[in-house]
Order: sequence, then structure tokens, then C-alpha cells
Amino acid sequence: MNFLILSLIKAALVAFVLLTTLAYLQWIERKVIAHVQLRVGPYRVGPHGLMQPLADVVKLITKEGLIPSHVNRLFYLLAPFVAVALALTSIAVIPFGPEISIGPVTTWMQLTDLRIGILFVLAVSSIGVYGVALGGWASNNKYSLLGGLRSSAQMISYELPLALAVSAPLLLANTLSFREMVNYQSGYWLGFIPRWNLFPEIIGFIVFMIASFAETNRVPFDLPEAENELVAGFHTEYSSMNFAAFFMAEYSNMVTVTAVATLLFLGGWQPPFPAPYSDFVPILVFAIAGLIALYHGLNPARRMDKFTLPATAVVFLGIAAIFGLSLFVPVLKTILMALFWFCGKVLVLLFIFIWVRATLPRFRYDQLMRFAWTFLFPIAMINLLVTSLIVALTTK
Amino acid sequence: MSNLLTGPVPLSWYLILSAILFGLGVAGFIFRRNVITVFMSIELMLNAVNLTFITFSYQFKHVDGQIYSFFVMVVAAAEAAVGLAIILTVFKNRATLMIDEVSSMKY
Amino acid sequence: MTALIFLIFAGIAVFCGISLVVQTHPIACALSLIGVMGSLAVLYLQLGGEFIAAAQVIVYAGAVMVLFVFTIMLLNAGAETTTFHASRFVKYLGVVLLAAFLGLISFIIQATLPKTEGVVFGNFQGTPVDVGHSLFTSYLLPFEVTSVLILIALVGAIVLARKEI
Repeated sequence: MNFLILSLIKAALVAFVLLTTLAYLQWIERKVIAHVQLRVGPYRVGPHGLMQPLADVVKLITKEGLIPSHVNRLFYLLAPFVAVALALTSIAVIPFGPEISIGPVTTWMQLTDLRIGILFVLAVSSIGVYGVALGGWASNNKYSLLGGLRSSAQMISYELPLALAVSAPLLLANTLSFREMVNYQSGYWLGFIPRWNLFPEIIGFIVFMIASFAETNRVPFDLPEAENELVAGFHTEYSSMNFAAFFMAEYSNMVTVTAVATLLFLGGWQPPFPAPYSDFVPILVFAIAGLIALYHGLNPARRMDKFTLPATAVVFLGIAAIFGLSLFVPVLKTILMALFWFCGKVLVLLFIFIWVRATLPRFRYDQLMRFAWTFLFPIAMINLLVTSLIVALTTK
Repeated sequence: MSNLLTGPVPLSWYLILSAILFGLGVAGFIFRRNVITVFMSIELMLNAVNLTFITFSYQFKHVDGQIYSFFVMVVAAAEAAVGLAIILTVFKNRATLMIDEVSSMKY
Repeated sequence: MTALIFLIFAGIAVFCGISLVVQTHPIACALSLIGVMGSLAVLYLQLGGEFIAAAQVIVYAGAVMVLFVFTIMLLNAGAETTTFHASRFVKYLGVVLLAAFLGLISFIIQATLPKTEGVVFGNFQGTPVDVGHSLFTSYLLPFEVTSVLILIALVGAIVLARKEI
């Protein structure tokens, strides 16, 4: 098929899935934080609050878009556009699975594979700093300016440990493209331990996760945008769709960073144990989830659950049946298994992000900067030095 | 003309673009008052030179031009850091950013 | 296709360059310079310098220009208010002479350059492997010297920008 048409179809698919994921990621976050805090979270809008993201989108679109009079209009409107456009662009190089052939078309489950894929993601996140800095400055407001400056200083300070933590698996795999990085992590030691970069590079993984918390302005590093600190920091003066743009940019950055962590450290779309046994894991997971939902649906705690829990059980058992059927159709099996493992790992990492948000207090700004420059940066550098020493000594 | 749009791009076009950007950088350096804008014109000149290096690296099919361009970038980064620190100090002492007013050593 | 992309991004680069020289507010000048750097990164990609294009965006547009933008925001630099004291005739003549000068240089370059093959995207690829190999074998000494240079710049910037206690 024509390369252009194929790319357009892939881009439309990825964009649609990504935007829906961003909306429902917010629902997941609110529900998880609520249950950690022993409350229920969004509950009334649709069954168990499932329509809440839709209601939020409608609210944000129809809200009055106030542009204060003393702002610098061009930069005020440019900043959220830059932030969200760049955050969504970096999905272009993330591979979701291996090469598949549907009929006459053979393609990778990836929008494009650059030979410098990881550098592209780093470059896009470097430019994303301007969205925040310009947004804070253009609002013509002391608190926004301070929030914007602090946030962008934090982002560029933590880019250094991030890049150093990323360099260590690059040294091991000897490539910069994501596809080859995942191919390097295929295979198993002793037949059952996966060759993920997590096991030699556990320190690198921890440094990467901490640096990515700071890069995406998440707790415990969210001082520049916390409501009770700097009056919501750089997005104080923004309302309705502009605010939604910053919000979407933050969640999209989270998805990108966890996807990169999965590809670099957790083996991408590859299962943790060898192929014939790992095919049954999705079926088991969804079947058990469906059966638990069915069990709770038989004696429900609340009146509404008499309908929602069996419906959830039917959905989960249906998905388990689809996974089971796909075992007999090879093309579908490749796609579904790759998507299951990739999305499973990304969702586990996103759950860790949300879990940390519900648990930890936030850093003060000088503690944050000191942590980056005096603790994280030397550790990342030492990790890189030790890795390069070992690689130099063990390769011919 | 259609051949020009579909065929290879002549190498001289890149060099002409580099010369135009360099000329604009010189014009900004001479005519602007704000010291930060003068500094940014210097960065524009350095970028134009980088383009020339990479064009010649393509012409000779050798990666050396890109290495020189890399070193130019590194030196420009170091120069920007120290230069902006100097600008901050000058601003602290003279309270002005116009280079016309910083024309004597005595305050 | 190569020529079309070249014309678009060269046009953006020249437009941002003119905007850098003409705008009064330093932040607008800084954003124009970022525009120039971005379009030049695309041109580097066309010429096969993929690692240099990524380095340009990460280092130059993403770190050095952030430094400029920080300084402008911290110093609260406003739009320039002093005007250039010259008559309107001299200003117009200056623009015309500048354009003529640039046109003359373009003609000279285009006439004296030997007729080599043109630029086709994909004919030459400066892969990170080649760049890294060259950097660590033939150009090892300049590489180490630039690391010392960055250390000097680091110490100098911290000393100069420190608060006097």
C-alpha cells in the first residue's frame, strides 16, 4: 500500500487511542487516589464515574475562555499550543509491537523508526520546556513568572540525570533506535529470566524514574504547579481550553516517559517468560478479573452494582475469549500479545506514578534542586562510568 | 524549473542561505542596542557557520565537518553561559542593558 | 521533494533571522532565534547530519536558548525604547544596500563554486556511529580540551553570578 496512506491510517489510530487514554488516565488517577484515601472518587457521572472524563471535556470546552487584558497575547496563546503539540509528537517513535503483516501490507506497529529515536524524544522534551516558561512569563503575574521559572529550571536540571540514565542501556545495546533496543532485550537467560535491561541497570532504572517524575512535574516534584504553593504556578491565568491543553500536555508527557522506560528497561512488548506459557497469561488475567467481578456481582454492596458488576464481568470474559480465539489466528495473536504486554507494563508504571502521588509529600524547591545536582547527577554519572567500564572490558 | 523542484538541490543554495544568515547576524550585531540582542546576533552568526560546515561535510562525504560543527556548538554553549553571567553582573552594577550607556570604565 | 523542503525551511530561517534583527522585545528575538535553529536542524537532517541535528535541538535550542530566555525574564528586559536616530531615507537606503550586498554575495558564491553534484536526501548519512568513532579516535584531543573548557565556563559562570555575601 502507499506509504503515505499507511502512515495516515497509523497516525489516526494512534492519535485516537492516545487521546482517549489521556482522558481515561485522569479517571484512573482520581479513582486510585480516592481509594488510597479511603473514599470513592468520581461515582455519580455514569456507572462508577466512567463518564466523568466526558463531562470534564464538555465543561472545559464550554467554559468562558478569559484572556486577561495585560498579558502578552501572542505568547499567552502560543505557550499551551507548544506544550501540547510537542507532548503529542513524541509518541511518533514509540513502537507498540513487532512487525506484523495484515494481508498484503507488512508494517511495524510504530509510526516511524528513526535511527536516532531516543535523541528525538529527548529533543522534543527539551523544547517542551518553552511551553511552561513562556506560559509563566506571558501571564504578566508574579506568581506565574516564579512558577514558570522554577518549573523550567527544574525540568532542565533533571534532563541531565535523565539523559545519563538513558545512556547506560544505549551503551549495552549499541544503538539509538527503539526497535533495535527492544530486539536487543529479546531472549532469556537460563531459559526463563528475560534479558531485560532492568537487571543489569537497576540503578539506571531508578534514576530514570525519579528524573521522569521531575520532568513531568509530578509529585513529589510538583511545587511549581501545586495549588497551595504558588497559586497554581504557571497556569494560574489560564482557563478552559488553554488550561486543558497544559493538563493534556502533562498527562501525555507521563505516557511518553513511561513508554520510554518500558522500551529501554523493561523489554518493550516482550513477555517476561518464554512464548508458549506466556500466551495464557492474558486469558488468565482477564478470566480471573471477570470471575471476581461476577462473584461480587452476585451479592453486591450497593444497589447500582447489581447491574454494573455483571456487565464488567461480561466485558472481561469477552476480552479473555478474544485472547483465547487469537491463539488460533497468528496475525491477531502477535498484535494482541504485543499490545497486552506493552500496555500492561506501561499501565504498571503509570500506576506507580499515581501511587507515588497519593503517598508522598512534595519537595521544597531548594531541596529539589539540591537533590538533582548533588545526588542524582553523580549517581547517574557513576552508573554510566561503571557500565562503560564493564562494556569496554567484556567486548572484543 | 520542475527539474529543480524534483532533482537534487544545488549545494550553492545552502551556502547562500548561510551567507544570508551571517549577513543578518552582522546587521543585528551592528545596529541593535540591547546587549542581549547583540549576543543573540552572535549566536545567529555561529549557526550560519555551522550550516556551512555541514554543507561541506556533505560535499566531501566525510564526517569531519559535522565534528567541527559539534565543537562550534560546544564552544557557543560555554560562551553563552559566561557571556550571560557577565551581562548579569554588568546589569547589577550599571542598571542598564543598552550598550551605548556602558561605554566608559568609570561609573 | 528535497528542494521543496529546503525552500520552505530556508524561507522560515530567513524570516526568523529578519525578525531577530527587527523586533524590539528581546523575548521575541529569542523565539525567532529558536525558529532559526529549528529550521536549520531540518536542513542538517537533509544534509545527512542526523546526530548534529539532534544535538542542535537538544543542546542549542533546548539548553542555550533556555539560558537566554531565563536571563531575559530575570532581568525583566522590556522592549527597546530608544530609536535609531537616522533619517528615513538613510534607513531605506540601508535596507536596499544590505539586500544588494547579500545578492552580490549569493551571485559570487553560485558562480565560483565548482559544479558538484547536488544534495539528495539519503546520499550521505553521518550516523552517530561514524560521528562517535571519529570523535573518539581522530579528534580525541579537542574533545578532551572542550571538556576542560566547559569546566572553566561552569566555574566562571557560577563565580560571576554569585551573590556577594
